[in-house]
Amino acid sequence: MKKWLHSWRLLSLFSVMALLLAGCGKPFLSTLQPAGEVADKQYSLMLLSTAIMVLVVIVVTIIFVYVVIRFRQRKGQENKIPKQVEGNHKLEITWTVIPIILLIILAVPTVKAAFDLADVKPMNKEKRDKDTLVVNVRANLYWWEFEYPDYGVITSQDLVVPTNERVYFNVKASDVKHSFWIPAVGGKIDANNDNKNQFWLEFDQKDAEKANGIFYGKCAELCGPSHALMDFKVKAVPREEFNQWIEKMKNAKPVVTDPVAKQGEAIFNKSCIGCHAVTPVDKRPEQARTAPNLGNFGDRERIAGVLEHNEENLKKWLKDPESVKPGNKMTGTYGQLTDEQIDALAKYLMSLKVE
Amino acid sequence: MSTAARKKSLIWDYLTTVDHKKIAILYLIAGGLFFLIGGLEALLMRIQLMKPNNDFLNGDLFNQVMTMHGTTMIFFAATPLLFALMNAVVPLQIGARDVAFPFLNALGFWLFFFGGVFLNCSWFLGGAPDAGWTSYASLSLESPGHGIDFYLLGLQISGFGTLISGINFLVTIVTMRAPGMTFMRMPMFTWTTFVASALILFAFPPLTVGLLLLMLDRLFGANFFDPALGGNTIIYEHLFWIFGHPEVYILVLPAFGIFSEVIATFSRKRLFGYSSMVFAVVLIGFLGFMVWAHHMFTVGLGPVANAIFAVATMTIAVPTGIKIFNWLFTMWGGNIRFTTPMLYAVSFIPSFVMGGVTGVMLASAPADYQYHDTYFVVAHFHYVIVGGVVFALLAGTHYWWPKMFGKMLNEALGKITFVLFFVGFHLTFFIQHFLGLMGMPRRVFTFLPNQGLDTGNLVSTIGAFFMTAGVIILLINVVISSISGKKAEADAWGVGRTLEWAVSSPAPEYNFAQIPLVRGLDAYWLEKMEGKKGLTPAEPLGDIHMPNPSVLPFVISLGLFVSAFGFLYHNDYSWGLPVAILGLVITFGSMFLRSIIDDYGFHIHKDEIIEAEKKGVKA
Repeated sequence: MKKWLHSWRLLSLFSVMALLLAGCGKPFLSTLQPAGEVADKQYSLMLLSTAIMVLVVIVVTIIFVYVVIRFRQRKGQENKIPKQVEGNHKLEITWTVIPIILLIILAVPTVKAAFDLADVKPMNKEKRDKDTLVVNVRANLYWWEFEYPDYGVITSQDLVVPTNERVYFNVKASDVKHSFWIPAVGGKIDANNDNKNQFWLEFDQKDAEKANGIFYGKCAELCGPSHALMDFKVKAVPREEFNQWIEKMKNAKPVVTDPVAKQGEAIFNKSCIGCHAVTPVDKRPEQARTAPNLGNFGDRERIAGVLEHNEENLKKWLKDPESVKPGNKMTGTYGQLTDEQIDALAKYLMSLKVE
Repeated sequence: MSTAARKKSLIWDYLTTVDHKKIAILYLIAGGLFFLIGGLEALLMRIQLMKPNNDFLNGDLFNQVMTMHGTTMIFFAATPLLFALMNAVVPLQIGARDVAFPFLNALGFWLFFFGGVFLNCSWFLGGAPDAGWTSYASLSLESPGHGIDFYLLGLQISGFGTLISGINFLVTIVTMRAPGMTFMRMPMFTWTTFVASALILFAFPPLTVGLLLLMLDRLFGANFFDPALGGNTIIYEHLFWIFGHPEVYILVLPAFGIFSEVIATFSRKRLFGYSSMVFAVVLIGFLGFMVWAHHMFTVGLGPVANAIFAVATMTIAVPTGIKIFNWLFTMWGGNIRFTTPMLYAVSFIPSFVMGGVTGVMLASAPADYQYHDTYFVVAHFHYVIVGGVVFALLAGTHYWWPKMFGKMLNEALGKITFVLFFVGFHLTFFIQHFLGLMGMPRRVFTFLPNQGLDTGNLVSTIGAFFMTAGVIILLINVVISSISGKKAEADAWGVGRTLEWAVSSPAPEYNFAQIPLVRGLDAYWLEKMEGKKGLTPAEPLGDIHMPNPSVLPFVISLGLFVSAFGFLYHNDYSWGLPVAILGLVITFGSMFLRSIIDDYGFHIHKDEIIEAEKKGVKA
């Protein structure tokens, strides 16, 4: 697309607009500060279409303002009857043809990008490249599961990806429809409950640094009372760091030394383990994985996707999940716990770390 | 039977009326009421979103309010308010004495009304629907309680009404035009009503099917949308949007028609490029059916489907652009008088262009992956629906008010309403484009701080209060007008062009004492320009045949209303099924009565007409 953009007169308008828009929003969330190949492509389409449309708006506004001022009724003209014009073929052809041309200018890169962004061949090869990273995303009421099938590793809520390479996703939902969206990195794709959607994203290292290494992810399809709170986080790290992380995840086991945490572990094994796994390697089929994997819970960015990550908030969440995320599936599944039990449980959960 | 002998109480009169003018008033009142309810719901949402982490509405209640706002505004406010204007104006514009099927006209209204009341009963019976106005299958199947069932049954009842009304207008416009009123002499509002009615005819059946299947799933144990049992939820999305996208044009085409009338009238010029305007309307109506999947770009239909629907969607911009420029050039060289309706019509042009261009931006599928289901989309469709349809409704209401009620609305108050509403509208929705681009999904009941979304949301909420103030002043205007409004002339604005301005305000029961002869576009204007006072009659003065009023449309609709409660509760209570059957008996029994009772109507005598016309001329 770049080639013809350079030769295009809109370029100046383009750069002014880019400057204006770049001020909008936060680097970890805004689509106007694209942080990867997909978002870049989409951003340039957005700029192109905005430029064409601003042009249209300007032309209409100029004619509009002129007409409204020039032909308003003036004093003494109350009875003037203007000439009754039927139409004008030349004018009418002009404003039919020019929009068609403008639309063709927009349609060509649109179609091209539609196919580029749908190119998921590398993930579906008979035998994939060792370096092609595939992540299975499973959306649930109101949490996200990320499975790395080539490594047998599962994590939840915090997606970890290597930067500067294409990462491929299989996206689906296990209950109702959701939509998987990391605004700064690229457009969304729906998580359906009747099929698996595939797409790819690329996370730019420099932009990731600008966003302090964390991008915000959102659910973009209404899914119930806590739809607004179904956030997740994306840690984009260099490939080596990613490799180290995935190695640690493969071998992670809970190591509990603190006596209070030990108590917590006992409570966990009684009340929670039916749904939650505590090791990233979880061999159960996905139907059995009805709650987030807690293998690296201590490393998480947020409690329940929305609260700041500390023991205080974890206790709040365990005490009354409904107050944090209305309609969640954990409320009422583990009976009433005493404050002491919750303290112990929190201590244990916070100790589940790989970093 | 004479007119005087039939005088009954006002309420009974309106319950049984089959007169298009009275049905128009019923539509206006009922639609206006639902518009206020939907507006209140909007205001509640904006209050909740005023600041991050607000707890004015909780997630569950917010979803109900949000769902009801969308559903109410589309099905029970915008559509009936347009029907109000169509009913009030179209028969007059084509020189007819009524619509083709007056009985069906009343039936259409009562079905819509009972459907809307049924849906709103959900507020008092365990909670409103909460899956959005689209009610996508997976979520709507999971939704507990009966909210969604109220939605499904209510919309099916009112859907019958809309379909019946649509067919009625089609037949009316095809068969009831006055002599000389060829298709290419029809006023633009009549043309757009015609095309919108055709769209209703083809768009509502898919919706009905979608709703019916969903109802069977929820209430009768079917599994059309349960993937575990071989169902497919994406089919529901297709069915919904095959209806949903044409629905946009069902609303916006008549809006275009209203603006065409208002702009031509107050510029004192004939509509520029009339034939290309007609062509554009028909083309938009046709293309409207070819683009539904642009609501589903992120569903995963694949690049081929996405590319095709992207390009198809863009093409709609061409006929729409033609219309915009034709309006501008209608005003060009005119003598523009800025009355309240004209202010709405004029300000509609830039506002709607904003909504139109964002529509083209959304059509670019890969970019839409970013816009989809964000506040950018919310901003876009409010620019189209408020900037287009609501502005048109406000313009049309002010414009035809004297024709409907015989009294003028106050111009000063009208202009205050306009300013408040216009400012509030842009304040509320312009910033939402940026909120969406900055990463705010739509249909969220709250947002967290430190995401750069606080200021934009506050601004948006402030705008909503401006719009509210505008609507309150409009209501005050209506009250003042009904008490002390200036009495309206036949040609209320003095510059009327179309036939409705040739009959007294409000129009007599029989509309035209003599059916007029139409000699060109803007028939009344032509006569005026030739120095004539009235229209050229196409028939001698004689007795006029009129349909009898009937309470059956009300009873038929009431039967479905009762029956819907039965079906809704048939799984919970043993009285459910008997009540459902009772309701159906009432409905089909009334239909049976309608079929076997011969009703020949009555005649208004020639002498009565002459007397009424004398009075009308004096007033």
